[in-house]
Amino acid sequence: MQRSKTDVWVGMLVLAGAAALLFLALQSANLLSVSWQKTYEISAYFDNIGGLKKQAAVKSAGVVVGRVNDIRFDDKNYQAKVVLALDVQYQFPKDSSLKILTSGLLGEQYIGIEAGSDTANLAPGDKVQSTQSAVVLENLISRFLYNKASDGPASSGSQ
Amino acid sequence: MMGVFARVGAAVRIWLADVGHATALFVRLMLLGPACIRRFGLVRDQMHFLGNYSLAIISVSGLFVGFVLALQGYNTLQRFGSASALGLLVALSLVRELGPVVSALLFAGRAGTSLTAEIGLMKAGEQLSAMEMMAIDPVARVLAPRFWAGVLVMPILGAIFSAVGILGGWLVGVVMIGVDAGSFWGQMQAGVDVWSDVGNGFIKTVVFGLTVSFIALRQGFEAQATPEGVARATTRTVVMASLTVLALDFVLTALMFKL
Repeated sequence: MQRSKTDVWVGMLVLAGAAALLFLALQSANLLSVSWQKTYEISAYFDNIGGLKKQAAVKSAGVVVGRVNDIRFDDKNYQAKVVLALDVQYQFPKDSSLKILTSGLLGEQYIGIEAGSDTANLAPGDKVQSTQSAVVLENLISRFLYNKASDGPASSGSQ
Repeated sequence: MMGVFARVGAAVRIWLADVGHATALFVRLMLLGPACIRRFGLVRDQMHFLGNYSLAIISVSGLFVGFVLALQGYNTLQRFGSASALGLLVALSLVRELGPVVSALLFAGRAGTSLTAEIGLMKAGEQLSAMEMMAIDPVARVLAPRFWAGVLVMPILGAIFSAVGILGGWLVGVVMIGVDAGSFWGQMQAGVDVWSDVGNGFIKTVVFGLTVSFIALRQGFEAQATPEGVARATTRTVVMASLTVLALDFVLTALMFKL
């Protein structure tokens, strides 16, 4: 009797622990959305990926359709090679274009995929040709300042 | 002059012998794992004693840690207009750090001390010597089941602490303060990774379970067989276990969460 009672209590403790782990995995880390859904890989070259990280979302029209699988530097053409894993249920035309975007002003960076008009779809292993790099704030500011500087004397000189 | 050398030498020798004894005991306890699984009844009784009785303090502490995290986190985050990231803050701090560390500290205080006192008193009452006289190995019969029970129970307690803490954070953040529930859970789910956050937190609890149980048992086993000796061993269990857990946490964090 004593034995079986302890068994019940320890069993409940173990189950509570398992339930807690399950809760952490499902509710807080969302294991299901990471999921083992079938994906296909495509790659693309970017001049500058900014702050893009592995596991960043790939979105089309704001909906997550895949993840960034791998980011590597290619020293042949001095560009960043980004490998994307897209969900099999989403197919995109061959001439779709990729853009590195930022959610919010200073938020996470993600890849936006914009569908093209080709009739053939992207196949596993394909390379996306048209890409647009991340906007790097420093470049933007320096270009702005440079324009200002080149404008300034010219306009005052004409007067 | 020679006296200084002799004292340093003696100190090093004693320290090395201590490390050696501890390692030998640790290896024996690890090797006794399969034997403990074969006689699981002993381990189960200890799991009941160490785990179920720690459950109350673990879950209540977890709840309040979650409450406080949500309050403080909200206070800071809303200054930057990002109160929606509250869920992420609460979940990451609990799963990565506070869950494993605080539950290990509580476990050392709640269960570790009782282990040390129990073994120490068994030694003071010469029960351990009596067992040896009967050709029963006290390490196998008394220490190993307690050790493995502690190792098994600690991850369970850590997971419960984190889960209850997140619920506490939700209660204060969403129900009381009124952060949007969707962004609370959404940001959390987008930012917490199953393997690198929850998984590494789990590994931490396993390591802390090994550490705390081993320190508690060794302190009891090596305690001087007097009332003061047991008292001192119990104190030392808490101090050593807490410091070791905190130091190990730093090392583990540096190894796991490199950027």
